[in-house]
Amino acid sequence: MIAEECVYERPTGLTAAHTHYCPGCTHGIAHRLTAEALEELGILERTIGVASVGCSVFAYNYIACDFVGAAHGRAPAVATGLKRVLPDRIIFTYQGDGDLASIGLGEVLHAAARGEQITVIFINNAIYGMTGGQMAPTSPPGMVTTSSPGGRDPQRTGYPVRVCELVAQMDGAAYVARRSLHNPAEIRRAKKALRTAFECQMNGRGFALVELLSTCPTNWGMTPVDALHWVEERMIPVFPLGEFKGGER
Amino acid sequence: MVRGRIIVDTERCKGCGLCVAFCPKGVVHLAASLNAAGHHPAQLRDPDGKCTGCTICALVCPEAAITVYRTFSVKASVSAGGVCALEAAS
Amino acid sequence: MARELLKGNEAIAEAAIRAGLDAYFGYPITPQTELLEYLARRMPELSRAFVQAESEVAAINMVYGAACAGKRVMTSSSGPGISLMQEGLSYIAGAELPAVVVDVMRGGPGLGNIAACQSDYFQMTRSAGHGDFRPLTLAPATVQEAIDLTGLAFDLAEQYRMLVILLIDGNLGQMMEPAELPSFRQNVSATPEWAVDGAEGRPQRIITSLYLQPEALERHNLNLQKKLAIIAEREQRFAGLYLEDADLIVVAFGSAARVAQNAVEAARARGMAVGLFRPITLSPFPMHALAHLAPRARAFLAVEMNAGQMVEDVRLAVAGRAPVRFYGRLGGVEMLPDEVLRAIEQAMRDTRVTTNGARILNAEVRR
Repeated sequence: MIAEECVYERPTGLTAAHTHYCPGCTHGIAHRLTAEALEELGILERTIGVASVGCSVFAYNYIACDFVGAAHGRAPAVATGLKRVLPDRIIFTYQGDGDLASIGLGEVLHAAARGEQITVIFINNAIYGMTGGQMAPTSPPGMVTTSSPGGRDPQRTGYPVRVCELVAQMDGAAYVARRSLHNPAEIRRAKKALRTAFECQMNGRGFALVELLSTCPTNWGMTPVDALHWVEERMIPVFPLGEFKGGER
Repeated sequence: MVRGRIIVDTERCKGCGLCVAFCPKGVVHLAASLNAAGHHPAQLRDPDGKCTGCTICALVCPEAAITVYRTFSVKASVSAGGVCALEAAS
Repeated sequence: MARELLKGNEAIAEAAIRAGLDAYFGYPITPQTELLEYLARRMPELSRAFVQAESEVAAINMVYGAACAGKRVMTSSSGPGISLMQEGLSYIAGAELPAVVVDVMRGGPGLGNIAACQSDYFQMTRSAGHGDFRPLTLAPATVQEAIDLTGLAFDLAEQYRMLVILLIDGNLGQMMEPAELPSFRQNVSATPEWAVDGAEGRPQRIITSLYLQPEALERHNLNLQKKLAIIAEREQRFAGLYLEDADLIVVAFGSAARVAQNAVEAARARGMAVGLFRPITLSPFPMHALAHLAPRARAFLAVEMNAGQMVEDVRLAVAGRAPVRFYGRLGGVEMLPDEVLRAIEQAMRDTRVTTNGARILNAEVRR
């Protein structure tokens, strides 16, 4: 007897909307993994997402839970407000590197220091995508952007900010991990990290942050496949992968 | 041998080619035709039945546009046992 | 409830608690800090949310978050902190969230000083941030009125899904005077139909102020303006003293109105037909009532603890039908009744206002 089984289908945690992202942008993968994690943990219907300013400003159109849009960089503060009045709901933020590592660095560090019971999903693609490809606090040295046209020169523009390493210093941070979306094996690890981060909140363990190294093929000026190689060759040496806090030993 | 197939939501697909690059059997290609948004959508071209339904194409797809199916032979005697009853056809 | 000696900042804090405050988020800044300190003790006692944020920027965004859940939420600050909050205030207005913000004004610009001042009138009435909006701004003049208006602020915020500012100055925040607190409200209302609390058994809800299509944003703005027009029609509040026969009408709000009232009483005792018009809502400004008085009075004198901000609204209301003078002290210098009296006398001379017999009338509050 022959039977056919569906072994993978679009998660119900995603809405039917087509995304506005450029072809090959890994935001879409991160959205899908988030939706899958919420669905698998059975928490989609009691989750509230906080979208930030940047390319992922419309995350609420794609992930099928309640959502609020936050001002640039302020998502962890907005999430704090939500969680403090709705302690039995699951609250997560979805932020890019300009939003979280530049203008919002204070909010994320203090939310971690307070041990807010929230989950932060941090998309690091080393560039400001929505405004057209400016240097980010996470741009590796040498990276050519519209605001570092000769390549990022640390003598003049400083060095990349390593968010996980900073956040892991906070006593209130319970789980901190950096994963990447550049190949299938890493995508599977990213999904696991997201699940762990949400479980951390479900179990009241404290603040959790998952950084996902991502691509911006359009502003990097590369094909989507070349962009994945660039993550491996140029980003991972600056942003080593791993669980920085609260992972399995 | 496990057999698989995929269905691509061609209107959702943006033709980024990540599924093409990562397909271990080389059976996913971009179509010559365009979808309504002007992208060449991915499609399964698998005349020799190489697709195993491994789901890697779906895993790397940024648009969640791929559904994956796997074909099994089921031993009638244990067919009531759910997933454990599924056994790859030899 | 008995009358007790209450400090302005603490009275507002307790009044907010009794009005059903679910969450407070704030940051220390003089002269509002007692408000935060009081709630740091009281909110946990009542198992309600209190967070001392890392900045005013974070505090107002915590307010935004809790307001998204449909809760009664408040923050408080003073000039420099309010400036930092303005982005968040704009988001609250754009997303039509109910929230109450207490601004205990101090001297500016810049770091200025911590003395009582009314120099944030423009900031808190014109628009409290970028974009086309105005908050609803209440200006009490006594501790008792601050208590009463705190309860009203939450009701108005909820009724109109609106940012409501309670605008006082350091004098009122710091002073103690006898006042009576209301009893605890038993209102605990259900989650509003627009709030987020998890999409169980219903479609997803999204709260945002982002409308990418100009036509959609115009529609949104027109709706906001329609709401502001309704508020302007219904919610103008003021108090008047000796207005019936006043040839010169002094216009002042908050603690400046208390100083002005002393000067008006002194002028009355000297036989001058002077009245006091005290706006209680600064936004919407009580245009109707003041416009109604414009043809009857010979002149107006705006008295403010700033360089002349509310006087612009007085001029808009009077619309050229009578001269409008201004007297003010800046930088947190305490204004004294004597100097206001001299300004009244000067204004009467300059504008040829005649004096008639004093007729003492009780203060009355009108809507």
